[in-house]
Amino acid sequence: MATKAPRTGRAIVRAPRETTHEGFLTHAKSRWLKIALGLCALAIAVYALTDPLPRPNGGTFAGYLLGTVGALLIVWLSMIGLRKRIITSKPYSLKAWTSAHVYLGLSLIVIGTLHTGFQLGWNVHTLAYVLMMFVIISGIYGIVVYARLPEQLSANRNEATQPQMLEAIRALDRQLDTAAQPLGKNEADIVRLSLEECDVGGNLWQRLTGRQPNCGNKRARDAIQAIVNTQMRTGKPDARLTQILFLLERKDAALAQARRHIRMKTQLELWLYIHVPATFALLAALTAHILSVFLYW
Amino acid sequence: MTETTTREIEPQWVVLDTRDGEVRARCDRMIARMGSAPPRGFVEACGVEFASNDRLAFPKLSAVFESTAPGIFVVGALAGYPLIKHCMNQGHDVVEFINGNTDLKPADEPILEAKFRGLPGGRSVAEWLEYLRSNVSILEGMSALQMREFMLDSEARLYRAGEVIFERNAPGSSLFGIADGEVRVEINPTDPWITVPIGKGKIFGEVGLISGRRRGATIRAGTDCILVEISRSAALKLMSAVPAAQREVTRTTTERSLLQIFKSGLTPEDLTDVIASAKVETIRAGQAIIKEGETGDDIFIIRSGSMIVEKSIGGKPVFLSYVPAGSYVGEMSVIDGGPRTATVRAAVKSDVIKLSGESFRALLDAKPGLTARLREDMSSRTQLNTFIESKKDSFGGVVEMYSGIANFLLDNGVGEATDVLLIDEKLCVGCDNCEKACADSHDGLSRLDREAGRTYAHLHVPTSCRHCEHPHCMADCPPNAIHRGSTGEVYIDETCIGCGNCQRNCPYGVIRMDKVPPKKPWLINWLLFGQGPGPGEPDKKWSYKHAKKGVEAPKKAIKCDMCTGQSGGPACVRACPTGAAIRVSPEQFLSVSLIDRGGE
Repeated sequence: MATKAPRTGRAIVRAPRETTHEGFLTHAKSRWLKIALGLCALAIAVYALTDPLPRPNGGTFAGYLLGTVGALLIVWLSMIGLRKRIITSKPYSLKAWTSAHVYLGLSLIVIGTLHTGFQLGWNVHTLAYVLMMFVIISGIYGIVVYARLPEQLSANRNEATQPQMLEAIRALDRQLDTAAQPLGKNEADIVRLSLEECDVGGNLWQRLTGRQPNCGNKRARDAIQAIVNTQMRTGKPDARLTQILFLLERKDAALAQARRHIRMKTQLELWLYIHVPATFALLAALTAHILSVFLYW
Repeated sequence: MTETTTREIEPQWVVLDTRDGEVRARCDRMIARMGSAPPRGFVEACGVEFASNDRLAFPKLSAVFESTAPGIFVVGALAGYPLIKHCMNQGHDVVEFINGNTDLKPADEPILEAKFRGLPGGRSVAEWLEYLRSNVSILEGMSALQMREFMLDSEARLYRAGEVIFERNAPGSSLFGIADGEVRVEINPTDPWITVPIGKGKIFGEVGLISGRRRGATIRAGTDCILVEISRSAALKLMSAVPAAQREVTRTTTERSLLQIFKSGLTPEDLTDVIASAKVETIRAGQAIIKEGETGDDIFIIRSGSMIVEKSIGGKPVFLSYVPAGSYVGEMSVIDGGPRTATVRAAVKSDVIKLSGESFRALLDAKPGLTARLREDMSSRTQLNTFIESKKDSFGGVVEMYSGIANFLLDNGVGEATDVLLIDEKLCVGCDNCEKACADSHDGLSRLDREAGRTYAHLHVPTSCRHCEHPHCMADCPPNAIHRGSTGEVYIDETCIGCGNCQRNCPYGVIRMDKVPPKKPWLINWLLFGQGPGPGEPDKKWSYKHAKKGVEAPKKAIKCDMCTGQSGGPACVRACPTGAAIRVSPEQFLSVSLIDRGGE
């Protein structure tokens, strides 16, 4: 039985949401930058205004205070990985989290360093500090690529999606394959370089730099170009070869675009594969540091 | 090509009127699907009379489907019911009738009974249908059979005095008819005590129906009243089947739009002359209704669609503003008498009400308060003009960029959107967290494709629903499963039969047909033990491997529902780590704030 349709007509206010393109670095008029600067100023004040004996150290009152704040910050900062993946229905803004993550993470440089009291050595405590600085530096690299690369990525993409770029290369491959059928063995072998020894992405280093000096397509293009040049000097070049050369040049351009795309995508992602494992190492070192302090001191 | 009509056929070419303007295409051969209208000559030769001379009219039928030729019964498409389910039910009923089973109730009788249950008066279904037909003026031209069909898509309700029927800014595109009693319209949003009555037999809610935008005013029941709420699809069907209903709706929209726009204490009597001069015109996309520099004093009210205002600066058209349905343009020349100061052209195919300047000036002379109100509106528009011109002198590139972005967005269907996802590619790092969030908050299927779609000046319009004012997807949904929800979202309910019509009708390709993938293991299992496919939409291989064996899940249409019911708003926006994704209405985005973007 059909139930009665509910009475509508209520003006329901929509959930509040972002309506401007304000990036994570300037989120809410740089609220988290201001909070982080305030936190740093406070930490410096605590450090400067206390005069512990024999010397500033992690074990003084100021040292415990800075250490506790720092440790809590580290644990909270690592939570962004969960926040990003757990999609809840309540209001939250991952952008606000990113903004806070960036600025509070940077403030750890001041808080952590003051916590050490500039006493560093070859021990588990310094290991935690070094790992923390390593995580922060990898994070700074992340901020730089996040700030610079998206614009270039968008310009290079030129409305093509990654699958479309790869499909364009496959289409050129099919045309090359057809065009190479009437050729002799030597020339066909050259075209096979482009079809068989050309990898769009390549290994990690090639993805990261976008450079493949030994690319099969480039070798094929150079070889065919040389043959065509020789034929040009003696007379009219072979029309089948000029057609192949044209296709190889187009594939070269398509490869260049796809490799630039992959390079930037890799740069945008790869640092996280350092930042995140280093964070886990840091959490482990931090635990060791705190345990050893309370067990052995 | 949806919403397209043939304008002209030339040798080797065909000229089409599309939603976005005229298209001339090469054409060697034309294949037409004929037979959408009944083969009238043959049917009439059998002695069957038709309801009217209209080309699309249907035969006159009795309540048992018998035509005017005794013994000839008509069911299905010829009777005006194109769906096979109707045809089968009607065929069964007719056989029963012929067999002498006169007590047989039609198959839809229990559905209609349920609709009228709870209403006072103790009438039978047939009596209720007749009561509504004779009391609501726009229903008068309908037959008993048409009324039955019509009521299936409509609701009859009793409202107690003082009860709210709909609120201002509530989304809604249904039309209401007053069968008994009276309703009161709160014309002043700040003072609910100022109301205008609408009496028995009249209609209301037509502005929402025609413009596809939110309700303009709160309406309460003035006395206890019985109303019939006519759904958008039923209202459109009614207007095309009954020309008198169409005229009545048009006249009422014109009058009400005027009252709503010019508020200041006007009564319908004041408007008689202006309405007599009013003409409804359909404007093609790109066509100008006002041209800069020309003389003219007509005023235009935009009934449906939207317009853009441009001004020629340094020989180039510069975008000034976006005018949505429900607004008016052209008042400056009537007040100041000068030539037109800007060009106004249609962003998408639009309907406008054209009012003659002469009759309008007479109204202004009679109502000095109205002039003051118009001047107030005008001053904000003049300010915008001056602002743009001043910007032009200091940094021309900024204004050009602003114009470019505005035109790009309008070319991409933002002109008919109510809510659109925009990605700033200066901020987007391509992490696809928006797609993952979308999938994880909707049965594991993403309703958006971030990478696909057009881009201009690093502003990207991804493939995602725009929640159009007049949704193309609703045009042909056999189970009528597509609706506009309470926060303005267009959504598909669970009655979807998976026919794919909406997917084909959507000009933006935002609807996909797919089956719900199996449930993923908990996120913690993926994080700690690598179980399952992780956040986002699982790949096809995983879904196939983990699907319930022997149970074929149906493919259904899925699209963005603007995350209705989730207090955090759209998940794609919430889950963007850099602030690249926003969801906005075109008015929000196509404002002066866009200039800042060009200035970066």
